[in-house]
Amino acid sequence: MIQETLNKIREEALKRINESKNSESLNEVRVAVLGKKGSLTAVLKGMKDVAAEERPKVGAMVNEVRSEIESLMENARVKLETLAMNARLENEKIDVTLPAKGIKMGHRHPNQIALEEMERIFTGLGYEVVEGPEVERDYYNFEALNIPADHPAKDEQDTFYINGDILLRTQTSGTQVHEMEKGRLPIRMISPGRVFRSDTVDATHSPCFHQVEGLLIDEEVSFSDLKGTLAEFAKELFGEDTKVKFRPHHFPFTEPSAEMDVSCFKCGGKGCRFCKGEGWIEILGCGMVHPHVLEMSKIDPLKYKGFAFGVGLERIALLKYEIDDMRLLYENDERFLEQF
Amino acid sequence: MNTSLNWIKALVPGLECSDREYMDRMTMTGTKVEGFSRLDKNLSKIVVGEILSIDRHPDANKLVVCQVNVGDKTVQIVTGADNMKAGDKVPVVLDGGKVAGGHDGGPLPEDGIEIKAGALRGVQSDGMMCSIEELGSSREVFPDAPESGLYILPSSAVPGEDAVELLGLHDTVFEYEITSNRVDCYSVLGIAREAAASFGHKFSQPVIRETGAEASESAADCIEIEIQDPDLCSRYVGRVVRNIKIEESPDWMKKRLRSSGIRPINNLVDITNYVMLEYGQPMHAYDLSAIAGNKIIVRRAKNGDFFTTLDGEERALDDNVLMICDGEKEVGIAGVMGGENSKIRDDVTDVLFEAATFNGPNIRKSAKRIGLRTDASGIFEKGLDPNNALLAMNRACELVEDLHCGTVLKGAVDVHGDLPEPRRIALEPDRINEFLGTDISKEEMLTYFDRIEVEFDEKSGDLICPTFRQDLVGFADIAEEVARFYGYDKIPTTLPRSGATGGKLSFKMLVEGIARDVAEFTGFSQAMTYSFESPKVFDKLLLPEDARERMAIQISNPLGEDFSIMRTTPLNGMLTSLGINYNRRNKNVKLYELGHIYLPEALPLTELPDERMQFTLGFYGEGDFFTMKGVIEEFLGRAGIKVRPQYDPESGRPYLHPGRQADILIEGQKVGYLGELHPLVCKNYEIGARTYIGVLDMPAIVDRSTFDRKFEGIARFPAVTRDISMVVPSQIMVGEIEAILKQRGGKLLESYDLFDVYEGDQIQKGFKSVAYNLTFRNKEKTLSDEEVNSTMKKILNGLNGLGIELRS
Repeated sequence: MIQETLNKIREEALKRINESKNSESLNEVRVAVLGKKGSLTAVLKGMKDVAAEERPKVGAMVNEVRSEIESLMENARVKLETLAMNARLENEKIDVTLPAKGIKMGHRHPNQIALEEMERIFTGLGYEVVEGPEVERDYYNFEALNIPADHPAKDEQDTFYINGDILLRTQTSGTQVHEMEKGRLPIRMISPGRVFRSDTVDATHSPCFHQVEGLLIDEEVSFSDLKGTLAEFAKELFGEDTKVKFRPHHFPFTEPSAEMDVSCFKCGGKGCRFCKGEGWIEILGCGMVHPHVLEMSKIDPLKYKGFAFGVGLERIALLKYEIDDMRLLYENDERFLEQF
Repeated sequence: MNTSLNWIKALVPGLECSDREYMDRMTMTGTKVEGFSRLDKNLSKIVVGEILSIDRHPDANKLVVCQVNVGDKTVQIVTGADNMKAGDKVPVVLDGGKVAGGHDGGPLPEDGIEIKAGALRGVQSDGMMCSIEELGSSREVFPDAPESGLYILPSSAVPGEDAVELLGLHDTVFEYEITSNRVDCYSVLGIAREAAASFGHKFSQPVIRETGAEASESAADCIEIEIQDPDLCSRYVGRVVRNIKIEESPDWMKKRLRSSGIRPINNLVDITNYVMLEYGQPMHAYDLSAIAGNKIIVRRAKNGDFFTTLDGEERALDDNVLMICDGEKEVGIAGVMGGENSKIRDDVTDVLFEAATFNGPNIRKSAKRIGLRTDASGIFEKGLDPNNALLAMNRACELVEDLHCGTVLKGAVDVHGDLPEPRRIALEPDRINEFLGTDISKEEMLTYFDRIEVEFDEKSGDLICPTFRQDLVGFADIAEEVARFYGYDKIPTTLPRSGATGGKLSFKMLVEGIARDVAEFTGFSQAMTYSFESPKVFDKLLLPEDARERMAIQISNPLGEDFSIMRTTPLNGMLTSLGINYNRRNKNVKLYELGHIYLPEALPLTELPDERMQFTLGFYGEGDFFTMKGVIEEFLGRAGIKVRPQYDPESGRPYLHPGRQADILIEGQKVGYLGELHPLVCKNYEIGARTYIGVLDMPAIVDRSTFDRKFEGIARFPAVTRDISMVVPSQIMVGEIEAILKQRGGKLLESYDLFDVYEGDQIQKGFKSVAYNLTFRNKEKTLSDEEVNSTMKKILNGLNGLGIELRS
């Protein structure tokens, strides 16, 4: 009798589980069968009418049916959830080629990028980065660098003057003097900064631009060390295959002086439009610090020697990033800046 | 400086090299060659032709048919030129040859123009007769060429011979960049000396023949010379030539002048120009009959004087300008230009030659002030060697005799003070090798010096440097001579041996790096703008007359008003850049700049100004005041400034929106400001959108920055949160509420977050609703309700004091 009832309940439950299309209808089955007022629960409640000796047997039968139904329901639930998830995933397909949502960072100025590159190279070689004043005294910009009053170089550089004694520095070289005057030796420093010359604005000139000055002073330093250091710098900046060439030149504050060319990084030195067919591109001026310059800064030229170099930051930026007009660097057009 | 290679080769026997080799070698020894041009580039099969006959073209009015003897044959050539006659000799390019350019003298085509035989209007033409422009030259250096038409060669030219050779065009002209220390290289002799040494030859100066020795009259009989300002004129040499015959110069001289870009004029003028090229010593010739009182006086002009130079212009003078005067009047501006009153005319018979040494800087300044920079002043301003003046003078007189241009009188009138002596500098081979990082023998070094006429005194070990090498002063100069002739490229490549000091950036630079990072992460791109600007910017920024910003440093020689003062505010650069972007229709532009402003202590400037780095942010488009505020606070936090900044709305900045601006304060100290740009300023900068600005004074920030971080633990005890919603009188700013929260909340109040501000229908007029979420926590233990309640009570009491009620 009970066996029949249980079979009926089991059949009914199985049928309904199989027919369930979602977790709600599955839940209804659970309530109808296993709930407080469910059909199987009712059987258990009817146990009091069963003879005492029959009870364990009946109880076991009920539990068997119960666990079978529970396990079938669990299987059905997992199956239904999987189906539902797959349906959702199918539904949620997107066009991955739609545009990205703009997380827009700003861009660093090409001058700054070039500068940081140089700072990285030279701090790696043990150079300290120092700064000096842009509005400067004549002494530090000229006289202490072996450019006395009436020296033609003073005219060549077309200086902006504030008055007879104070001017806008035409070169970062004055920082060398400030550094030497501190009297802390040896010195390894680079000094980036803004400089000014009375040049009218055009594609290759700006009255306001940047240089990076370098200075090394120690007891044992030679011209060959200057060559080695700058060759290393050029390789770091322009690539491992970069060759350098030093040509004699003249600067009042170094002797011997040189200009350094690097092999054209576009054509590798074969000659192209970029290097005007030369295969070489002029990059910087350098030389051994003039003994007189050391003397003026109270450094004994018999004991100490040094080398110095000066790089035009814009020149590096223009070359490295192939910018064809210097004016772009100071217009700050977003469409220009965002390319860096 | 342009010089013909043929001329150099004539002075350096045995010099054999290609143009390219010459350029490279000279550059690598320090005489930088900027470039060279071959004068016979694209000239081929061009010979002397003799025109035998000229007949009309049967079918063209403007053409003629010529029979031309080209040596081995006669060819027929059709031409449109009309300046020739039968018997004239002309350059002829034969069939298959090339010329350099067209007859109009326009830019020369890279590969020249090929000439082929063919028919012109039905008549056979087997070549072309050439104008000077077709030969790649110009009337500038061939003044005898016609304005248009064929170049007529001298009647002595032989048909069939190389016409290019005849014109001196088988030559290469090199352009040098001479550095300011090498005055001696502004001369052909100087370049020749360098060329000889560069190619391993020994240079010898040409010996100048004595002139005028036989003359009965001497220069001193004709002229007296007095230098009244010896500081401006260290030497004045005068010689006299009588019986002048003005003629054309010989071909060899004309060719050399032309190759240097100088137009031949007549023998007398050409000699002075030739000597200037050869010796680097400008010369001048005066008509002796125009020199009153047979006297030359060298003295300063007087303030307010005027003088007419030989180009006919009247020039204003002052007492810094050195003049050449005769017994009565000025006859020339020393070193710059002669006077109209003593100009050489074609009927001149007697001439006074001048070769002088003037103070270089003074000549440079005079030329600048008068506004007349001449070839001569350009050379004088470099500061010449007085010893060279006499050499040049004697060379000129030698040429006068060679060219049969006149009778040179005996001797010179030579006025000077102490003349420079050769300088002795010790040759220290070991020290040089240590300095250069080389291993060059003393003997090797001596060969270099021997080639450039620097002698060696074996006994003292000194080098004896000639006075034309004014740049050789001390040890380093000697080392440089060795380095450049040894070869910079042969010097080894090493790295400094000395121990490394620690390379680093300063703290200030690191804080600036944080500013850049935060700006860029929040969407701002880096701008760079000029340090100088126009004083008009103060009006554009609506600054009142007495604004501190108007106290700006003025540049005494600016490029123009727009670049005439050093900026005292970073706004103009930023706003100009935003304006450019707006004008170019760039949307949502965000820029930042790290740059100096220049604040003078007092004007006129006696002390260097305070250069203060400003971190300036500006944008238009998406975002508002609080976007800017967020960027600033993020930066301050990253820079290690923990205290919350305060905002003072009473910042009184006329260029900002009066209701949307604030000074930024940290612990009561002003460190910057932010705000929305005033609409009038937007208009002045042509920005048609709301624009926001933030400026931080970096020195003030750097002072308060730190990279020290201490871990404070992660809270172990739970927090209690309470929301309060208030009715607040409209004029009260949330900053005031927050001040109370902070003060009354004490240690237990961990944080407070504003989550609503509302003004409108639901709220009584004159009030707004403000709601905060407060978080309380005790780091030591779990908070009790009583503790929170009592703190809340304190806060509410404080708020009541401001007339704030809890919203019911």
